[in-house]
Amino acid sequence: MAEKPRIAFFDFACCEGCQLTVLGLGEPLLKLLERVEVVTWREAMSERSDDFDIAFVEGSITRDSDIPRLRRIREQAKVLVALGTCATLGGPHVSANNCDRGELLRLVYGGEGAQFEAGEVRPLSAVVQVDAFIHGCPINGDEFLTVANHLLLGKAYHPPSRPVCHECKLNQYECVLDRGQICLGPVTRGGCDAICTSRGSQCFGCRGLVDDPNLNAAREVLAEHGYTVSDIIGMFDIYSLRSPAAAEARETARQDRGAIEKGAEPWRSR
Amino acid sequence: MEIKVEHITRVEGHGNIVASLQGGRVEQAFFQVVEAIRFFEGFLRGKSWREVSHLASRICGICAISHSTASLQATEQALGLALSPQAQLLRRLIMNAEILSSHALHVYFLAAPDFLGLKSVMPLIETGPEVVARAFRLKKTGYELAEVVVGRHTHPVAAVPGGFTMAPEESALRAVRDKLTALRPDLEATVELWKTLEVPEFSRPTEYVCLRRPEYYAFEGGEIVSSEGDSVPVARYGEAIEEHVVSHSTAKHARWHRESYLVGALARVNNNWRQLHPAARRAMEAIGLQPPCHNTFMNTAAQVVEIVHCVEDSIALIDEILSLPLQEEWEPEVTARAGEGVGAAEAPRGLLIHDYTYDEQGRCVRANCVIPTNQNLANLDADMRALLPQLSARTQEEVQLRLEMLVRSYDPCISCSVH
Repeated sequence: MAEKPRIAFFDFACCEGCQLTVLGLGEPLLKLLERVEVVTWREAMSERSDDFDIAFVEGSITRDSDIPRLRRIREQAKVLVALGTCATLGGPHVSANNCDRGELLRLVYGGEGAQFEAGEVRPLSAVVQVDAFIHGCPINGDEFLTVANHLLLGKAYHPPSRPVCHECKLNQYECVLDRGQICLGPVTRGGCDAICTSRGSQCFGCRGLVDDPNLNAAREVLAEHGYTVSDIIGMFDIYSLRSPAAAEARETARQDRGAIEKGAEPWRSR
Repeated sequence: MEIKVEHITRVEGHGNIVASLQGGRVEQAFFQVVEAIRFFEGFLRGKSWREVSHLASRICGICAISHSTASLQATEQALGLALSPQAQLLRRLIMNAEILSSHALHVYFLAAPDFLGLKSVMPLIETGPEVVARAFRLKKTGYELAEVVVGRHTHPVAAVPGGFTMAPEESALRAVRDKLTALRPDLEATVELWKTLEVPEFSRPTEYVCLRRPEYYAFEGGEIVSSEGDSVPVARYGEAIEEHVVSHSTAKHARWHRESYLVGALARVNNNWRQLHPAARRAMEAIGLQPPCHNTFMNTAAQVVEIVHCVEDSIALIDEILSLPLQEEWEPEVTARAGEGVGAAEAPRGLLIHDYTYDEQGRCVRANCVIPTNQNLANLDADMRALLPQLSARTQEEVQLRLEMLVRSYDPCISCSVH
């Protein structure tokens, strides 16, 4: 029997909720573990190995001192997967980039703040090449399994380029705009199965903008419900969807498509 | 003997153990938090009242519901919003869901391997599949309970200022109630498993701090009580808890009456054990946890007791919610206004406070979050200093493992503590 692919989990600045989502999968995770060997997962196990094929990396980069660790992971991994919005787009804390670091450190630590390192919040793709992106705050566990299956079959995984609105309609959920809430569903990337709108809450855009969002249609939908573009623009700032970091990450994700096809079933080359 | 554990495993976040023992004397011993700072208190400023709890939940992936709950309470107080009786019960239910799943994760996946001489739960998948299946059942049922009420465990969707966007389906509540009832044999097995584990002997009396309500075992609201016989209303937490910066940690430390205090399951059980569900009190006796217990390693045992409590209390809460009977919930109408509010929850790891000021447009202008793990760090350092001399006859490897076990018994949530 061929050797099982070796997988590893790592994290940088984040809440670790995406790894928790994986750990919370239960039965499907046990099934996956029959096909792979987890060799490093600091949050869940003390065993450790630097010999791995697929690295799932959660979190954003906020300190230059963390870059060597990410580069080492990149060098070792045949496939590097950005796990969750902190890793793919920077995460909710990207909006700290709008504030002066010195002021933030003073705010939290008073006069003693200067001793701590804090830099710009960057998605992983700003530092290393990323082979697959799993968006979401947190990730959708089913999408994680889909991505894992793609990788194990040596296939590239492209995040869905349909908006959340599309998935919401397919599920026949009540439109939250009709419930009186402004919603980013028309322009946000799907793949979450519209979890937020399924519970009557609006979409806050945690998965980033869909490729080529149909802004004219979105504008019309908003206008029908009495909203203007400036209302929705304010919501873009929750996940800093208009920030240079997010725009760059989006572009990088688009360019990196196909990276995996070049090395199908990459662990076979071990 | 020099101990340096970099990025201790089987905890949430990044921290190091640094200790030095020379001839039975402790030269230094501390837990070094090296987690990156995300500045939630900075970037919450400028966000609107409706967005704040959505973001605040993202401080932590394990205790997202606690953050959401404390955050919502603070916002509700600032905006003058009251919860319906049903919404109050639903809030208690999701706190139970989180404590159940988080404790199950810690007891089985993070803490237990040390007692079994394992490095993780992974080897048990082959040698003790029924134990792994039980661990997943307990954890997953907590997740499912959260899913039924707020859409998901990390990060909750349906809890909003003033209530919920939607009520749970009655059939879903009944189905999850059945699953909770079916956990009873697993609860017994968990208590039995704990009884077989050899808990390190250690005793260091300290101050125990948690929330308390007169009417029930509190995981949210009420007042802050100390085992020193003192209490303060949540809104005046600043008079009690003094946070301070230490150079070896990006997470602040805290103190009240003593040099340090403990929060979390052991503090709650020590202070409030009389309010536990009778089944949980029986578990407490079976385990041999006698409040006040001064052995920090027993924090994990206190979590086992709370697992029993949360399952039984959730069944009772679902019955109460269904008997009201169940009402539809709708995103409440809110008028923004200026105000201040302080909210508090008992996260799985202990007392959690969110404190906000809003301007007239309902935009947050000031945010302060006091995290359980911060409050425990000074106590952890004091425990390490007290424990080390007792280990001087042991090998380096044994000392290191014992210190790691001590850290894990706190179930630290490190990225949360730095936020």
